[in-house]
Amino acid sequence: MNPPRRDRDRGLVRPYVVTEGRSAPSRNHFDHVTLIIAQRDAPHALLSPEGRAVLQLCRPGALSVAEISAYLQLPMSVLRIVLADLMDSGHITSRAPSPALHPRNDRPLLEALLRGLRAL
Amino acid sequence: MDSAHCDPAAGTHLGGDETAIKVVIAGPFGVGKTTYVGTLSDIAPLRTEEVMTTASVASDDLRGLPNKTETTVAMDFGRLSLAGGLVLYLFGAPGQPRFKSVLQDLARGALGALVLADTRRLEASYPVMSEMERLDLPYAVAVNRFPDAPDYPEAALREAMDLPAQTPLVVCDARERGSSRDALVRLVEHLLTLDPEPIP
Ligand SMILES: Nc1nc2c(ncn2[C@@H]2O[C@H](COP(=O)(O)OP(=O)(O)OP(=O)(O)O)[C@@H](O)[C@H]2O)c(=O)[nH]1
Ligand SMILES: [Mg+2]
Repeated sequence: MNPPRRDRDRGLVRPYVVTEGRSAPSRNHFDHVTLIIAQRDAPHALLSPEGRAVLQLCRPGALSVAEISAYLQLPMSVLRIVLADLMDSGHITSRAPSPALHPRNDRPLLEALLRGLRAL
Repeated sequence: MDSAHCDPAAGTHLGGDETAIKVVIAGPFGVGKTTYVGTLSDIAPLRTEEVMTTASVASDDLRGLPNKTETTVAMDFGRLSLAGGLVLYLFGAPGQPRFKSVLQDLARGALGALVLADTRRLEASYPVMSEMERLDLPYAVAVNRFPDAPDYPEAALREAMDLPAQTPLVVCDARERGSSRDALVRLVEHLLTLDPEPIP
């Protein structure tokens, strides 16, 4: 008995059209795994409740955008707007996932990852 | 706001100077994505949700009217800290083409994907594989062995899946840490054999 065969279907037009929301460039800055670091000394006075919640959550240390989204139950699309505002007002800094563009091209990173996994 | 969120456990926060890496764990319904993420994660797995607006075309609608629906796409994810300041984030994602916008967002900057497959319904993973190809995300296929699943030889599985010779195919028990780790090792080994991406 053989498993059912796969049809290569890359060229087909799919029965769904997904509307993709366009977002401002500064929001694209926040990947799922961009790390967010709260700045301690910036005043909180004029912040939105969501902005305050982000700062409170990140006070003990850095978290990724996806983790913040999960803890605060904010969809990524909404959180990116909140984060862009916090960045503009100097309340947070961020650390981009490395390397931001093509992690697959980074052989030293891949090799370090392999060593790390094998050492588990 | 405060009542809506749960607080992270002690030790959850990072220093901020780590190197974060994103890997996609994709596969059809019930194939073991959540199990896989939970097995390797060293934090309690989390869930992020995204609302997606889809417009189905006339073939779905007998009256031919445009038909917009809002779908919530949930992804569970976990985190695995490794030596050398590396933090690997594993995202369990529905891989079907209709989740295109969410997948596209997730795939951007991701290292690669594991596509989970179940030999009782291998064909359920085919659209997921096609989607990874369309997103230009290199992947390895991890076959989870379920108790009553047919035991095909690797060559038959490869042929059925139309897998290029260089794409890894691993048998994996998503409930088992060593086995799940090995699947990731095979993926990273595969990535090391690929030609560099052109820089745009
Ligand atoms: N035997 C076996 N069972 C597994 C394996 N992985 C998952 N399971 C079981 O399969 C069931 C479904 O696993 P889930 O991890 O919830 O699958 P999922 O892909 O997250 O499912 P959805 O999120 O609903 O699409 C659970 O009962 C798991 O215990 C495996 O590798 N081997
Ligand atoms: Mg699941």
